Amino acid sequence: MKIRLTELAHARSGDKGDTANVGVIALEPAWYPLLVKALTRDRVAAHFRGVITGGVERYELPNLNALNFLLHGALGGGGTVSLKTDAQGKVFSTAMLRMEIDVPDDEARALKLPGAK
Amino acid sequence: MSSSRTVRVAAGQGFWGDWLDAPRRQVEGGQVDYLMLDYLAEVTMSILQKQKERDPRMGYARDFVGAMDSVMPAVADRGVKVIANAGGVNPPGCADAVRDVARARGAQGKVTIGVVTGDDLLPRLDELLDGGHQLANMETGAPLGSVRDRVLSANAYIGSEPIVEALSRGANVVITGRSTDTALTMAPLRHEFGWGATDWDKLAAGIVAGHIIECGAQCSGGNCLYDWKSIPDLANVGYPLVEASADGSFVVTKHANTGGRVSVPTVSEQLVYEMGDPHSYITPDVIADFTTIHLAPDGENRVRVFGIRGKPPTDKLKVSIAYRAGFKAVGTLVYAWPDALDKAKAADRILRERLDRMGLKFDEILTEFVGVSATHGPLAGEVHDVPETQMRIGVRGGDRAAVERFTRELAPLVLNGPPSVTGFAGGRPKVEEVVAYWPALVDKSVVKTKVEVLP
Repeated sequence: MKIRLTELAHARSGDKGDTANVGVIALEPAWYPLLVKALTRDRVAAHFRGVITGGVERYELPNLNALNFLLHGALGGGGTVSLKTDAQGKVFSTAMLRMEIDVPDDEARALKLPGAK
Repeated sequence: MSSSRTVRVAAGQGFWGDWLDAPRRQVEGGQVDYLMLDYLAEVTMSILQKQKERDPRMGYARDFVGAMDSVMPAVADRGVKVIANAGGVNPPGCADAVRDVARARGAQGKVTIGVVTGDDLLPRLDELLDGGHQLANMETGAPLGSVRDRVLSANAYIGSEPIVEALSRGANVVITGRSTDTALTMAPLRHEFGWGATDWDKLAAGIVAGHIIECGAQCSGGNCLYDWKSIPDLANVGYPLVEASADGSFVVTKHANTGGRVSVPTVSEQLVYEMGDPHSYITPDVIADFTTIHLAPDGENRVRVFGIRGKPPTDKLKVSIAYRAGFKAVGTLVYAWPDALDKAKAADRILRERLDRMGLKFDEILTEFVGVSATHGPLAGEVHDVPETQMRIGVRGGDRAAVERFTRELAPLVLNGPPSVTGFAGGRPKVEEVVAYWPALVDKSVVKTKVEVLP
């Protein structure tokens, strides 16, 4: 099945210079391994293609059931240089949660994902 | 000292411009030992530096004076101590203003102010550069020499040490300049529990406590995405406080009878905020490992935090440098149905063609369509038949006159551009000077902090 990340995680984002960070936190601890598997650096870079100009870094925080992503070149120069509405990367969090990921049906059922049949 | 003793540090301000009522609510809503007020963001120092250039008595966060007025009874009569980085680029001036408040409130003699200085490197910049300190940009590697003549402010992020010293010398109000946000919380815990300079795990725990509460209500239900609709009574939101123990563990909570929520999800969201490499949260005192933080529910609106590990810091301090980097202006017009987006896009094309014909040069022109693509860009997907959209166009460049001329080009579109346009009542956009941020590192040994404790 296809499922939107917003059904599986919550998130908060912020800035450091021209880099946005997005912390993605599993809504259920049991879903964290699925996030680790699905949200690869490449997958996230592809999601933000055309939105960011730099690379993506990923860090795992199993203690918080969270992943932290650094999105470089995300903020039009960042801080006061940026002309963007979201110069401080505050809503990259929900932009991330728009991502759709594929989950095998049996895994979705086993994890009791929303909408799993 | 009993091992079960807890010290309560409450956050009353997450940035300069935060809720004016919060400091007073924190000291009146329940028992607290310390009120921690964080005023400084990356660009704040340059704003304060500009104010100080106009008036040498200024250069600190003026909101703090009002905050001190509102909490003075608690400080003078109930033993609540205040720690704030409100001093900006003029901590002594800030202390003078607080002394005036104490006098006006009849509390002179009950307020002992600790003033921490030494973070301001602006007067020493040439000396440092001449001494071989490159102050290279941490992101680009460029040497500071390339923008030296445009530097507005330069401040080293300093740690807990001078705040601890001020407290141990009897200060009940400590005013700093560019202390790290987290040191404002960690220092009083270090002072109260007698943690040593190499108690890495405990110092790291104090830093994590600071990180959790430094953005005020952002860990107690504010800006919380998790189940946001169910978060109660944000109108009456309780700002956070930590109840810390000598072993470094602590509970995040808020006063009874306040709105908002403290839960594992609300605290988790704040922990990942502005996070870099979670293994190495670098501060002047200690490097905290955020992958060792454990959270557990501890009753209603209480989260226990424990297990935090730290390691020795580097021999560098981060320096926050701000420099003039040209000018910018942003203007908006609103286009209504039908064809709202098409009209806004046409207006953008017309405006750009006119700028082009005048030969105006900008480093960047950015157009966003609010209601369509301003926040999520192409990720928002196609939209059809929106009831309205706001065209938001900004320019940035080194030529002030060109940016000024741009600001004259929006209003004419109301009569000589696409139809169904409104929302221009705010008048011409304002030209702003761009103050850019230059993060650098400097050897710790060259930054000498100074503590003065005066009634």
